[in-house]
Amino acid sequence: MIAVDDLNVTFHNGGRSIHAVQGISFNVAAGETFGIVGESGSGKSTVLKAIAGLVPSTSSVLEVDGRPAARRRSRAERRLLQLVFQDPYASLHPRQTVDGILREPLVIHGVADIDDKVMAAIADVGLLPMHRFRYPHQLSGGQRQRVAIARALILRPPVLLLDEPTSALDVSIQAEILNLLANLRQSYSLTCILVSHDLAVVAHLCNRIAIMQLGKLVEIISAADLRSGTVTADYTRELIAASRGFTRAPSQNQVVLS
Amino acid sequence: MSVPLAQWLSSEAPTSRRHAILSNAYRGVRSFLANPTALAGLVIVAVLVFLAIFAPLLTMGQSPLDQDLAGRLAAPSAAHWFGTDELGRDVFARTLYGARVTLTIVALVSIVVAPIGLAVGTIAGYLGGWVDVVLMRITDIFLAFPRLVLALAFAAALGPGIENAVIAISLTAWPAYARIARSETMTIAGSDFIQAVVLQGASTRRILFRHIVPLCLSSVIVRLTLDMAGIILTAAGLGFLGLGAKPPTAEWGAMVSSGRDVILDQWWVATIPGIAIFIVSLGFNLLGDGLRDVFDPKSA
Repeated sequence: MIAVDDLNVTFHNGGRSIHAVQGISFNVAAGETFGIVGESGSGKSTVLKAIAGLVPSTSSVLEVDGRPAARRRSRAERRLLQLVFQDPYASLHPRQTVDGILREPLVIHGVADIDDKVMAAIADVGLLPMHRFRYPHQLSGGQRQRVAIARALILRPPVLLLDEPTSALDVSIQAEILNLLANLRQSYSLTCILVSHDLAVVAHLCNRIAIMQLGKLVEIISAADLRSGTVTADYTRELIAASRGFTRAPSQNQVVLS
Repeated sequence: MSVPLAQWLSSEAPTSRRHAILSNAYRGVRSFLANPTALAGLVIVAVLVFLAIFAPLLTMGQSPLDQDLAGRLAAPSAAHWFGTDELGRDVFARTLYGARVTLTIVALVSIVVAPIGLAVGTIAGYLGGWVDVVLMRITDIFLAFPRLVLALAFAAALGPGIENAVIAISLTAWPAYARIARSETMTIAGSDFIQAVVLQGASTRRILFRHIVPLCLSSVIVRLTLDMAGIILTAAGLGFLGLGAKPPTAEWGAMVSSGRDVILDQWWVATIPGIAIFIVSLGFNLLGDGLRDVFDPKSA
């Protein structure tokens, strides 16, 4: 469904240039959920934005559904994938109601039965009809993220990119959103790429997981490997140890992440 | 206002599109009314509009142009509340009719300046690159024109008149709006909710006018209201120099100018329109301050 080969992203900031993503390659099969983990600044979100065409990138292959995914895309190509952003407080237009936000993609693509589709999308993500005409500031963080998910899915894209969809949310809400995503993935047979720094989230949702460090791909492992800890790269082992958190009696071979 | 209506308007769970818009507006009006200086500004501006519209009624048919050379430079009295000027014209009538000229200039300048500034600023800020460079250098060129000197040149070339005063003021006023709109746009353009509509496949025009302009509008309106005082003063200044409205028309700046020679003996001729300029400018400033408080999300 998604093919990425030798993906590079370089940001130019004044005289400095930052090589944020360096030669990443992977494939995601249809219906699969692919995870990307890594610490902050490892370039994992940038990989998503490059696939979405939001940042300029170079690659030998970058395909979505067998079509080359250039920076400039036709409206039909845009319909192939949507992105759920990390921060639900920044991803909704502050002056538009939920109705206006969900209506926009339908209007852009000239879809019929807009009202019915908006109501269905609201119900799909577990919101109530009473939320339809609220502004984002009248919703909680979890509700906002549900709106963002509804907006991403309202055009029925086969591919959904998730950029740390729960990291800005309360722990109690995180599980709800993750379960919602798991259900929606099932009912719409979505192909997903999930970016997260939370190994538990990734192990719960993903089939295969790519580990990234400083813009490079360290290794690709299966969820079972991650759970059992059978990994080959040292960095992955450190990451797993770090995710287990602080223990009062540190083991002898504990390595400090730098 | 009845209690059910107030409750309906302040509802946190609107039931229709219209309800959502109305209750949002209601909250804005409530916070505006809670601000006494803003309210004072609004009252002053409202009174100005009222006086301008009903000038013929309020002056009881007294024309601002009727001359009465026998009763020239008469002191304020029951017949002439604000006295008469050097041609025996009623200063009260002239001041009220002058409000019309002032409002016309203010309205025309706003209509010209805000859309041009918004369009140039949002396009430059959103597209960036060479479009931004070209548009902003043009803006810089217009910023470099001294307002009064340009107005003088215009009046010399096209002759004095309200229209030419409006053109001269507009030409030098729009760059400030372009700059505001550009900086606002640059902060908005990178945000996730704009990236989301890009992903949905919205055209650049749609993104600009449906998603970015509504967010820039509030700061442009605030700036415009705060600039009104400056526009009024510039218009009055042009009138004072004889480059604004043509002579028989009642215009506050021209009235001050004509009363200049007799300011010590017949103070009312110059002072009354001067006070009018002062009060109206103050009113617009207070209103602008109040609007800024309402629109500024940081103060909410």
